Amino acid sequence: MTPGAHNRAPALLEMRGITKRYPGVVANDAISLEIRAGEIHALLGENGAGKTTLMNVLYGLAAPDEGEILMEGLAIKIASPHDAIARGISMVHQHFMLVPVLSVADNILLGDEPMKNLVFVDRSAASARIRELGASFGWEIDPERPVGQLSVGWQQRVEILKAIYRNAKVLVLDEPTAVLTPQETKEIFGVLRRLKAEGYAIVFISHKLYEVLEIADMITVIRRGKVVGSREPATTNEDDLAELMVGREVQLTVDRGESHPGDRMLEVEGISVNDDRGREVVHDVSFEVRAGEIFGIAGVAGNGQDELVGAVTGLRRVHRGTIRLGGDDVTRADPRRLHKMGVGFVPGDRQRFGLVLSFPLSDNLVLNDYYHAPYARGLVRDDDAILRNAEAVIAKYDVRTPSATVPSQTLSGGNQQKLIVAREFEGDVRLLVLDQPTRGLDVGSIEFIHRQAVARRDTGVAILLISAELDEVLELSDRIGVMYRGRIVEVLDGRSASREEVGLLMATGGRTSGIQEQIVETAS
Amino acid sequence: MTAGARVVAALHRGRTVALVPALSIALALVIGAVIMILSSPLVSGEFDPTLPVTAYQAMLSGAFGSFDGVVRTLVNATPLVLAGLAVGIGFKAGLFNIGAQGQFLIGALTAAAAALALNDASPFVAIPIALVAGMLGGLLWGFVPGALKAYTGAHEVVVTIMLNYVALAVLSWAISGPLRGQNVTFARTDDLIGASLPIFLGRDGHIGLLIAAVSVPLASWLLYRSTIGFEIRTTGANPDAARYAGMHPRKLIVFTMSLCGLLAGLAGASQLLGEVGYMTASFSTTVGFDAIAVALLGRAHPVGILFGALLFGAMQAGSGNMQILAGLPVQMVGVLQATILLVLTAEVVVRRLFRVQASGPELVELASVSRSYGGKGTG
Repeated sequence: MTPGAHNRAPALLEMRGITKRYPGVVANDAISLEIRAGEIHALLGENGAGKTTLMNVLYGLAAPDEGEILMEGLAIKIASPHDAIARGISMVHQHFMLVPVLSVADNILLGDEPMKNLVFVDRSAASARIRELGASFGWEIDPERPVGQLSVGWQQRVEILKAIYRNAKVLVLDEPTAVLTPQETKEIFGVLRRLKAEGYAIVFISHKLYEVLEIADMITVIRRGKVVGSREPATTNEDDLAELMVGREVQLTVDRGESHPGDRMLEVEGISVNDDRGREVVHDVSFEVRAGEIFGIAGVAGNGQDELVGAVTGLRRVHRGTIRLGGDDVTRADPRRLHKMGVGFVPGDRQRFGLVLSFPLSDNLVLNDYYHAPYARGLVRDDDAILRNAEAVIAKYDVRTPSATVPSQTLSGGNQQKLIVAREFEGDVRLLVLDQPTRGLDVGSIEFIHRQAVARRDTGVAILLISAELDEVLELSDRIGVMYRGRIVEVLDGRSASREEVGLLMATGGRTSGIQEQIVETAS
Repeated sequence: MTAGARVVAALHRGRTVALVPALSIALALVIGAVIMILSSPLVSGEFDPTLPVTAYQAMLSGAFGSFDGVVRTLVNATPLVLAGLAVGIGFKAGLFNIGAQGQFLIGALTAAAAALALNDASPFVAIPIALVAGMLGGLLWGFVPGALKAYTGAHEVVVTIMLNYVALAVLSWAISGPLRGQNVTFARTDDLIGASLPIFLGRDGHIGLLIAAVSVPLASWLLYRSTIGFEIRTTGANPDAARYAGMHPRKLIVFTMSLCGLLAGLAGASQLLGEVGYMTASFSTTVGFDAIAVALLGRAHPVGILFGALLFGAMQAGSGNMQILAGLPVQMVGVLQATILLVLTAEVVVRRLFRVQASGPELVELASVSRSYGGKGTG
C-alpha cells in the first residue's frame, strides 16, 4: 500500500489488476490504481511504458484482458467512450479531438446535442450555458467562435469545458503540457488546481518530472507495463522519480570531458535563406563547426533556426553566401550528395521527415542507403541484408520492438527517435546536424541520445545542435551561438556561458537599450 | 529470409489484406440478390426468390463452365489487369490516376495509326511496333499530368479527368479524319490486318493474355524488390521523408505517371489489336474506369489486381449466359460491379458489419484516394 493511504478519502475510481496484451507485448501487467475526488493523481512513465494504454482501457477504447474497474466501490463495465462519458469519465487527448471549422459550442455539443421538440438542436440555451460555465473559471469564451481560430492553450480549455459540460467527475489529461508554452502551462496548472478544489478527480499523465512534482498530490510510476512505485511529492525528488521510471540510476546531466576541436568541418559564410513564403528569415549568418566539437544554436523558436537547418542539410535553397564541408563547396548540394559526404541529420519533425510510419523498421533504417551495396545490387534490393542490418542496429541501440518488420508507427516516440539516431549516427559520419533531438522524449531516451552525441563528438565528428531547450544547449555545447531574428548575435564559450546571459541574448539579441518594442514582441 | 519463408509470409499477409475485399464481394452479391428478387416480377410476372440462385449459377457456368468461357474470362480480364496496374501503381506513389481511360484510348489510337501504316508489313515487324506505339501514346498521356503535378502542383485528378475528354476528342477527330477507312460507312478505321495479335488459346485467346500475365510479376518485382519501387512507395507514403532521404519526389511522380500511362496504353493497344480489330468512336468506353474498381479491389497490389481483373472479366463473360438462363439483362452485371465498388469504398461499414479489425499498413496507400478529395490526409 502507498504511504499515507490510510488517512485519505475512499477511492472514487479504482482499477484493479488491469492486464492488456498486444501481440508481442504486455502493455499493462496487473496494474492497480486508485483515483480520489479532489486529488490530482499523476501517472508517470517513459514513452511506451503503458500509461496511454491504461487510460484507453479506462476510457473504453481498449478492452482489458484481465482486471476490473470499480466506481464508488461498484464494478462497472466500460465498453466504449460513450459508456465512459456516461459514467462521468472524460479524457483530454494529447492531440485534441476538436473540429477546427466548428464553433466552440458545436464542438462541445457534438455527439450529445440537446434537443428541442425532439427535432431541433437547442443551441441558444447550450450557448448560454457554455458562456456561464466558462465565466465560472474566469474565462471569457465566445461560444460562436470557430475553434480553429483559438490558440492551442484555449483549445485545451475547450476540451476541458467539454468534459465538465458533460458532467465529468474524473478528468484524464494525456500529456496536457506537451503542446503548451511555459506560460500556458502555468495557466493550465491554475485551472487544474481550481478543478481539484471543486472536487474533481484528475489523472495527469506526463513524463516531465518537475511538472509532476509541482502539480500532483500522488504520483504513480509505471515502467514496462507495471506499477513500480507510488510517491507523494513531499517525500520524493527528481532523481528518485527518474530512477523509478527508468529502472536504474539516471544521470540527468551528461558527463563530458574537454573537447579537442580539430579541423574546420562545417563553414557557413554569410548565408541568407528564405522561408516558405519567400521572406528572408536568415540574414548573413556565418559560423563554423570544427571536428570534435559540439556547436549549439540557442534561440526562441521561430528565429530562423528551421530555415538555417534546411540550408545546411540541402532541403532549402541558399540565395546568398556559401557553405563548405571539409573544404568542399556544398552550397547547392542536395540531401543525397550531403549524405554521401558524411552528413547525418536528425530532423526536428521526426514523424514528418525522419520516418515512413507505415514502413517496417528495417526499411526505415536504410531510408537513405537503400540504393547501394550491401542493401542493393544494381536495381535489386537485398532484403536479407536490410533485415540483418535492422537486427544488428536494434540490438546495438536497444530499440524496444517485437521485431524488425513491424511498422515504425507501432513504436513509442523515444524508440522512433532511437531508430533515426541509429541510422544517422552509424557509418562514416563527419558532420551531425541534430535538430531538436530530444523534443517530446522521456528522460531515459534523452540521456541515451545525449551520451551518443558526446560519444560521436569524441570520435572526431563535428556536431551542429539546434534546440529550443536552453538547458540542452547549455549542457552539451562546447560553443554556443545565439540566434535572434535571423542572425547569430553572439558566440559564447559553452563552459563559461551562464543561463541568464544566454537567456537575455535570446530574448533581446543583446541590445540592452533602445528598440524597446523588440523585447516586448519576443516576450509575448 | 529464404524464398520459402518469404512465400509463407506473403500468403499470410495476403490473407489479412484480402479479407475485406472478399467480404465486400460477398456483401455485394447479397445486395445484388435482393435487387434481382425485387426486379423478378419484370422477368416472370411474379416474385421469384430463387432467381438470384439461377442467375449466379448461370453466370458462373458462363464464365467457367466451358473452355471457351474460361478463355473469354481471361480475354476480358486482360485489359483490366494492365489498366488496373496503371491505377494501382499510381496509388502506391500517392497518385490517383483517373486518367487510365484517356491513356487507354490514346494508346489504342497510336497503335491503330502504327498498325495502319504497317498494314502490308510482316506481323513480326508490325505487331511489336504497333504495341510500342500504343505504349508511347499512353506514356505521353501519363507524362503530361505527371509533369504538371510535379512542377506546377496541378492536381492529377483534375488534369487526368480533363485529358480523358481530350483523348475522346482526339479519337473522334482521328477516325473521321486522317485515320478514316477507305470503304466504311461510318467513322472508323480500316481493319488492322497486319498487326492483329495471333490467337494461341481457343477461339479468341490472343497473346495480349501473355503480356498481361507477365506484367503482374514484373510490377510486383518493380514495387517490392527494386530500389525504384522503394522510392515510389516512399514518395507515396511520405513525400517529405522521401526528399529528406535524398530521393527526388518530383522525378518519381513524372516517372510513375508515365509508367502508368504506358501500361494503360499497352492495355488499349492489346485490346485493339487482339480483340476489336479496328478503331471506332465507341471503342471500349469503360475499361479505364473499371480499372479503378479493379485496383481498389486488389488493394493496389499487383496480385490483388490480377484477382480483381479476373473477377470482373468473369462477370462480363458470364453475363450473356445469365441473360439467356435467368432472363436478367446483361446490365445487371454493371449493377453488381458498381455495388462491389460501393461496398468496398465503404470499408468502415464492412469492418463493423463483420467485426474485422483494421489490418496492417498495406492499406495505407489507399489513403491517397481520400486525400485526393481534400480529406485531411495523414498529416
